[in-house]
Amino acid sequence: MPPPDRAVTFDAADQDLPGRVWMLRGARAAISLPAFILTAAFVGYAGLARESGLTLVETLAMTGLIWALPSIVVLTGALSSGMGLIPAAIAVALASVRLMPMTIAFLPLIKIPGKTKTWQLLLASHFVAVTAWVYGMKHLPNFPKEGRLPFFIGFGGAVTCFVFCITGIAYLMVERMPPVVAGALFLLTPVYFLCSLWGAAQLSVDKVALAVGLVLGPVLYLYVPGLDLLWTGLIGGTVAYLGTRIIRRGLS
Amino acid sequence: MTGALADTWWWPYVMILVAGWLATDVWRWIGVFAGGKLREDSEMLIWVRCVATALVAGLIAKLILFPQGVLADTPLWLRLAAAGFGFAAFLVSRQKVIVGVLVAEVLLISGWLLLDGVI
Repeated sequence: MPPPDRAVTFDAADQDLPGRVWMLRGARAAISLPAFILTAAFVGYAGLARESGLTLVETLAMTGLIWALPSIVVLTGALSSGMGLIPAAIAVALASVRLMPMTIAFLPLIKIPGKTKTWQLLLASHFVAVTAWVYGMKHLPNFPKEGRLPFFIGFGGAVTCFVFCITGIAYLMVERMPPVVAGALFLLTPVYFLCSLWGAAQLSVDKVALAVGLVLGPVLYLYVPGLDLLWTGLIGGTVAYLGTRIIRRGLS
Repeated sequence: MTGALADTWWWPYVMILVAGWLATDVWRWIGVFAGGKLREDSEMLIWVRCVATALVAGLIAKLILFPQGVLADTPLWLRLAAAGFGFAAFLVSRQKVIVGVLVAEVLLISGWLLLDGVI
């Protein structure tokens, strides 16, 4: 497996490379630990989908169209319990709210004001999910601005295609997964998120936000289930921001 | 009403398109339009990144404390110990993600098998 930091450096000649080259580089960088772990998580999901009575086509449609594992798990539960369209849409929307602040925070990284077209950003935004987001926040700042959007689309597209295929294969091959294997696959995701989010933290304020969110998330889950993640983000993020701001620049 | 609808072959796909794809991607699109005006180094963006980071952290803690599926059958202390020692190993190994993940997995699987053997 190649080290994840492999393609990070570039020289002055890279400045004028066409978008195609950056897209290919992104696709090549997708052969990485994050993609491997995400794939393993989706193999675990394929087992869950099969147990829940979903067909292969339904499982694949959800993988490709939604592209955010927590939301996929929520919709799987809704489908297997026969939930109505509106309640299911609300449940999934609540599980996906996090994608909005993530996209907002990500956008200035890939957007060149006055040059990048909106449809390009809308296309790229589909790949905003924790794996690609964490990878992008960590590595994209090292690239010239022109290369970031095509690199990210190449990366996201390649990971999506790969995970899509493996999910289908896993659905067909895994009749019944041993519980230890399924459980180990489920634990991969949070531990990987935790380590890579810490690694991607650019400032100490990001690390404070991470720590506050870890504590606040479960507490709010018990008190305001459904809206818990949104409140965790708003309260935890604001506390972390204000706390470190006072340290950074005093009470101005 | 939904009972009759739920029996048709196309109903799950309506669910996936509307309650899945639309309910998810709409947040990404809103993010694109709302984020278009922010500068990379603005204070506002630092705050938004804090919100996003805390939110993902909350999701991480939930996945460990209140997991779905078979992982829910393992004792809480085992999951916490696996994740905690995994993260510690990640820090000690000068932030190698693979080390953290492997340590957590080895602890979880060996703890699980040991407990199964005892009971």
